[in-house]
Amino acid sequence: MSLWVDKHRPTSLHKLDFHKEQAAHLKKLVQGGDFPHLLVYGPSGAGKKTRIMCLLREMYGSGVEKLRIEQHTFTTPSNKKIEISTISSNYHIEVNPSDVGNQDRVVIQELIKTVAQVNQLETSTQKDFKVVILTEVDRLTKDAQHALRRTMEKYMATCRLILCCNSTSKVIPAIRSRCLGVRVPAPSIEEVCQVLQNICKKESLNLPTELARRIAEKSNRNLRRAILMCEACRVQQQNFTVDQEVTEPDWELYLKETAQLIAQQQSPKRLLEVRGRLYELLTHCIPPDVIIKGLLQELISNCDGQLKTEVVQTAAYYEHRLQMGQKAIYHLEAFVAKFMAIYKRFLEEGIADLF
Amino acid sequence: MMKNKITEYRINSLSFTIYIKIIIFRNSIMQAFLTGKSGLTKTKDKPTSKEPTRERSKHVPWVEKYRPKCVDDVAYLVLIPFQQTKIRPKCVDDVAYQDEVVAVLKKSLQNADLPNLLFYGPPGTGKTSTILAASRELFGDMYKDRVLELNASDERGIDVVREKVKKFAQLTASGIRPDGKPCPPFKIVILDEADSMTKPAQAALRRTMEKQSRTTRFCLICNYVSRIIEPITSRCAKFRFKPLAEDILSKRLHEICGKENIKCDDEAIHGLMYTSEGDLRKAITYLQSAARLKGEEEINKHDIYEIAGVIHEEVIDKLIEVCNTDSYEKLEQEIKVAMMEGHSGMQVITQLHDKLVEMESLTDKQKSVIMEKLAVVDKCLIDGADEYLQLMSLFTTMMQQICHGEK
Repeated sequence: MSLWVDKHRPTSLHKLDFHKEQAAHLKKLVQGGDFPHLLVYGPSGAGKKTRIMCLLREMYGSGVEKLRIEQHTFTTPSNKKIEISTISSNYHIEVNPSDVGNQDRVVIQELIKTVAQVNQLETSTQKDFKVVILTEVDRLTKDAQHALRRTMEKYMATCRLILCCNSTSKVIPAIRSRCLGVRVPAPSIEEVCQVLQNICKKESLNLPTELARRIAEKSNRNLRRAILMCEACRVQQQNFTVDQEVTEPDWELYLKETAQLIAQQQSPKRLLEVRGRLYELLTHCIPPDVIIKGLLQELISNCDGQLKTEVVQTAAYYEHRLQMGQKAIYHLEAFVAKFMAIYKRFLEEGIADLF
Repeated sequence: MMKNKITEYRINSLSFTIYIKIIIFRNSIMQAFLTGKSGLTKTKDKPTSKEPTRERSKHVPWVEKYRPKCVDDVAYLVLIPFQQTKIRPKCVDDVAYQDEVVAVLKKSLQNADLPNLLFYGPPGTGKTSTILAASRELFGDMYKDRVLELNASDERGIDVVREKVKKFAQLTASGIRPDGKPCPPFKIVILDEADSMTKPAQAALRRTMEKQSRTTRFCLICNYVSRIIEPITSRCAKFRFKPLAEDILSKRLHEICGKENIKCDDEAIHGLMYTSEGDLRKAITYLQSAARLKGEEEINKHDIYEIAGVIHEEVIDKLIEVCNTDSYEKLEQEIKVAMMEGHSGMQVITQLHDKLVEMESLTDKQKSVIMEKLAVVDKCLIDGADEYLQLMSLFTTMMQQICHGEK
């Protein structure tokens, strides 16, 4: 049994539930049997990958769904062997180059060249190009992105690239200017509700509108998350009820508790406690930037006007340092300590004003 | 006359032997055989060669398709601003260098000699086009043997410079083509995107450049000349390429529209020029993308903006408006919505900057505080910091300045 997320994933462009106008445009794009390089961007859970797969299916037929996993080995100029796994069909190959860290340039150079230099044997029945899908392009190093530049133009005849990322800010302009940008906005709350209703109908379940709405709001307009939550609800109880509790991921609750601890008391002892909790979160593979954002969200509600600005500035400052630095815990703890300092000063000033 | 006959016979689908026999009747054997053969290959080639090219042409990016084929084409691109500035003589000196590139290249085409070249300038101004066109004109069909093109997608560490480039540079080049015609007695190494080469790799080039100057010319192309080490720059003739003027962009775009049969109104062309910022490659790519996306329909301004990722004015206006309300919650809500829509933080900043400069409700002091923050945020975004937090930090600063800042 597969998850609902995969089971009910639309497989063709006309079955997509939202952004229909864009789907029509995409359909027109591939009608001629060809498309330029694409740069698909949008927040997570908006349906970027779904759209890409739909697009490929439209082009190549159902053959793209026969997937296989391959292991590739490349040797870097410094004779270091790196391995990367790819998912491919006869027509496309999907790879996440940032898996190999800062050796991603080698992967880009070698992989795309091998794919691109192989011509299709029979051009009359097959398309004469293959598709390479690169995911998480925004996490590629600058080196790798530079390596992409000319490759994109040079192998245009035998190879098309579909780049997939969350934000174009981290993609160098030279690449952006070579691609057709496709923006996939997150679905609105109503659209998420609608999709949930449709899925439940297909599963012959009755989903109360209110519950659907609550799930949609909790999901933060992330469709994948909404569907997972919905399925979790279903596992809890065979039939949906209106006042059913929507379970949030436990790490979010844990994060909220942590924030409350910080707000309650500002002392070195508490900081030590918080550090333990932060480590706990990090060891569960919660990305540090998500932790900072989550903490900020909770902490900010305890502050008023002027202070809010200051706290946001601090959060932005430490998050930047976190990206530049190596170890996340230093920066997370620095943020917590700084917040405690600011908050304590604010509280003491408040008390001083009273007398 | 002869050819007519041949095709006529071919249409009648006579076998090859019969058809030769008939020709033998009319002409001497040898001649008939030769012409007959050429006639045959010609007719045979036509259908096969034509179809693939038509199909291929679809896949070719227009950037490649409309790359200038000879130096004169580039000259037209680059020379026009020179002539125009003659009317506005205050900046002739500004543009004269672009004329220089073409002048040097043209001269070298006549004399068949070339200095080491270093082209630099913003993307999409014709640097690669220029050298490709020049070397094609110099070498003709020997182009492949005489030109080594390396760019950032190729491995270009110090090893490659030592091995590949050096080996290539050491080959001798004769001044005579295989068919007896004279040609320039040197080879060209084109190092595209040279600013992404490492310093040691550049240093390894130094001696090679001098030693092999008899047989090899180097052409380095880069965006930032400051990233090329001094010893290299001093060995090359430097040429700066300037962003293309609007009228050239529009002329070129109109030309392509005409050739590709695209319906595109003037506003859309204007939009293209605005979004591309003088980068011809960007403009052409956007145009092609728009044409593919819209099919037969007419392209309008909004399509271009959507493709270029330009954010609607309303979104930016709304963000500024929210800053005036001095409400953190509202601001947070608005920014979240903007992020959910998938807008890029970089783009928000760029467009916000344009707006801020023109805003009259702010004093210079307020503006300067906001601008300083904007610069910090820009740097952070490039470093890969989280967009939401950075934008929040920028907009809260702005809110602070608007509502509580010193006038």
